Amino acid sequence: MPEWNKPLPTIAGETKVFWDGCKKGELIIQKCDSCNDYQFYPRGICSNCWTTDIKWVHSTGRGKVWTYTITYQNRTPGFAEDVPYVLALVELDEGVKMFTNIIECDPKEVKIGMDVEVTFVKANNFITIPYFKPVS
Amino acid sequence: MVNLNHGAAIVGIHEHQTRYAPDKSELQIQGESVIKALEDAGLSKNDVEGLFTASSTIRNSGLNLADYLDMYPKYVDNTTVGGGSFEFHLSHALTAIAAGRIKCAVITYSSLAKSGGISVGTGGVARFGHPRLDPSPDSFEEIYGLTTVGLYAMIARRHMELFGTTSEQLAEVAVAMRRHAGLNPEAQFRDPITVSDVVNSRVISDPLHLPDCCVITDGGGAVVIASPELAKDCKQTPVWILGVGEALAHQGAGKRDLMYIAAKQSHGPAFEMAGVKHSDIDMAMVYDSFTITVIETLEDLGFCEKGEGGQFVSNGRIQLGGELPLNTDGGGLSSNHPGMRGIFLLLEATRQLRHEFEGTERQVPNCNIALCHGTGGALGSRHSGGTVILGRN
Repeated sequence: MPEWNKPLPTIAGETKVFWDGCKKGELIIQKCDSCNDYQFYPRGICSNCWTTDIKWVHSTGRGKVWTYTITYQNRTPGFAEDVPYVLALVELDEGVKMFTNIIECDPKEVKIGMDVEVTFVKANNFITIPYFKPVS
Repeated sequence: MVNLNHGAAIVGIHEHQTRYAPDKSELQIQGESVIKALEDAGLSKNDVEGLFTASSTIRNSGLNLADYLDMYPKYVDNTTVGGGSFEFHLSHALTAIAAGRIKCAVITYSSLAKSGGISVGTGGVARFGHPRLDPSPDSFEEIYGLTTVGLYAMIARRHMELFGTTSEQLAEVAVAMRRHAGLNPEAQFRDPITVSDVVNSRVISDPLHLPDCCVITDGGGAVVIASPELAKDCKQTPVWILGVGEALAHQGAGKRDLMYIAAKQSHGPAFEMAGVKHSDIDMAMVYDSFTITVIETLEDLGFCEKGEGGQFVSNGRIQLGGELPLNTDGGGLSSNHPGMRGIFLLLEATRQLRHEFEGTERQVPNCNIALCHGTGGALGSRHSGGTVILGRN
């Protein structure tokens, strides 16, 4: 496997379940048992009602492109050689938005509202990163 | 609440002329600016009781600045919420003065973004030296190659999709700022450009072209704020603080619609405190990190309906001679943008309210009330918005 030269996430106690899920090919997000709100990114506290009654739930892994940009310039190693690439905000079926890249398609085919689904790329033996691709 | 309208005034200003200063330190630029701004006010070092500064590069910025200038302020505020930090500082200085804690405050800023080779807009996380990412939010964002330009481009893309805003309308903002820069001998770029120049130039992050993005310069400045009593003894016509409002906006745990920006929350309190209407505003200084920033800010400040910003900025409305002259120094898009630009909004608004350009094309005629709105951070992820309304009377 080639060395991953993009920035890697740092995993903390409150986000470990998410990243463990990614390693298994599952997109796991949080829902509060007290107020029933979903939240993303994962936290140790429900950001809405401030309780800790959070449960981890499987996302459908599907959503729509809320917005995107085709990036032509980024000096960060790993991305500098990747341009042009699509940076996007995807709104999951559960109603929360997450940053991602839309991959496995021509950047110029990406549209707002496009149906997308999660796909996982192994960065190294410890970390797998979720991306999105057009629904086939 | 205590009425803060007219609770303090801007009595001294200085904008450092430099746009490129590889031979200076950031603290030196701040020091030179503070000294000149106090001179402008007719005040001295011993008058300064409050020190306000923000920096993305100077460690312990307030502490190190006090050390550098051998000052012992009794009120210190290093609120750092991105480029618009200085509108927050002004708001806080007003509050401290109105509460009687201090009589005189200095706000200052400097940066060597250009000579330091900092890729403010397109460096991505590398601009911070590729550190270990924070577990959140960075670990859920920077892994996807965010750039500052990209985070604004995403908002521009959705604005186009929802409201039919065009690249040509975005370009109108860049063209207006360049025209104003032509009247400012210190501006970084002064040659006129056309809408066609902008839309035919290189795309940095779709749909934003290079001229849709602010310039990168060195620079700095300072603002002196005084109590009404002290202002009477100052050399310059005081520029009164009429109203202030502060707000933050973020993803709201993935649920907020960030097409509505912090200006939507911050402008109401500022207008209410000032007791003025939109039609009373003679000129505005709107943080122009990118052309889309101006369009979204004008909408969420309430100068036009949501979605109509593209039409609003067209046909010369935001140019000198238009209905709402904007960024008459040439803005961040053409004059200067040393990492953060919020302080320069206060400086140009003060010059206009002092009628410093009387008899020239740059002066907004009969300029009595000006609005500044600073935006810091990024529209697409999280940002601050600080609204300030200033008046000559």
